[in-house]
Amino acid sequence: MGWFEMPPMMYGIVGLMFGLGLMISGMTDPSRVLAFLDVAGDWNPLLALVMASAIAVALPAYSYYKRRGMLFGGNTLPLPETRTITRPLLIGSAIFGIGWGLSGICPGPAVVLVGSGNLQGIIFTVGMVAGIVAHVFFEKRVLGNKPVPEDV
Amino acid sequence: MNLYMQAIIGGGLIGLSAALLLLFSGRIAGVSGILGSVVVGAWGRRAWRVYFLIGLLAAPLVYGLLGMPAPQIDMTINNFVLLLAGVLVGFGTRLGVGCTSGHGVCGISNLSWRSLVATLIFMGAGALTVYIMRHGVV
Repeated sequence: MGWFEMPPMMYGIVGLMFGLGLMISGMTDPSRVLAFLDVAGDWNPLLALVMASAIAVALPAYSYYKRRGMLFGGNTLPLPETRTITRPLLIGSAIFGIGWGLSGICPGPAVVLVGSGNLQGIIFTVGMVAGIVAHVFFEKRVLGNKPVPEDV
Repeated sequence: MNLYMQAIIGGGLIGLSAALLLLFSGRIAGVSGILGSVVVGAWGRRAWRVYFLIGLLAAPLVYGLLGMPAPQIDMTINNFVLLLAGVLVGFGTRLGVGCTSGHGVCGISNLSWRSLVATLIFMGAGALTVYIMRHGVV
């Protein structure tokens, strides 16, 4: 046991920071996201800058974490080790991209839009939750996989 | 604040959130994974995900309290297409195990080829979809 354990409330603060970042950066504005994806039209490259800025902060943290090999709390939790590029990864990402291109909304901004009481955000999120549930059935019935327990 | 500063500061906050989550809990700030686990009933020790989602939901409220104007939302697609898009995003991100945050920010920061490939594919598919919607098929 280490010297610091993140109290549950802190996860709320971290989520809040994430949400504010999405709002400030313009990721919660579908028209801006679509302008970023519209490479053949009036292309708006700003969202690439959002992603680059996020990576510029997160990448050193990941490197540090891997070098140090443990958390600030002293516990160790392994990072995802799956490195193989599989068919579900490719097909799933393509399906996600189509939905993203249709709407301009990805999962994080969808949750933020629900928080702002935006009706269209709520409609999208209802669909998204249905898609998540459909995936569970797809894994079980079609692929015959047992549900894989997520990390703790 | 001009648009470039907004992109840099907003992106930096997203990255900082991902960094804090990793360093203090070893967890990945991937919203599709967090939401997916909550939807399929991952409770108990997984309660952190619920707190994270509450933080996301509270962002517009806090944004307003900080005196910033609510960001513009205008969507031109009809509600049926919107619902369908949501289904595709929910299903696709679970099948591909990650979205813009999990693969695009955290995975690339973790120098994972898998995440880089996923990011290029969903961006490519998104760009292609927008192209077809706005500029017609070839």
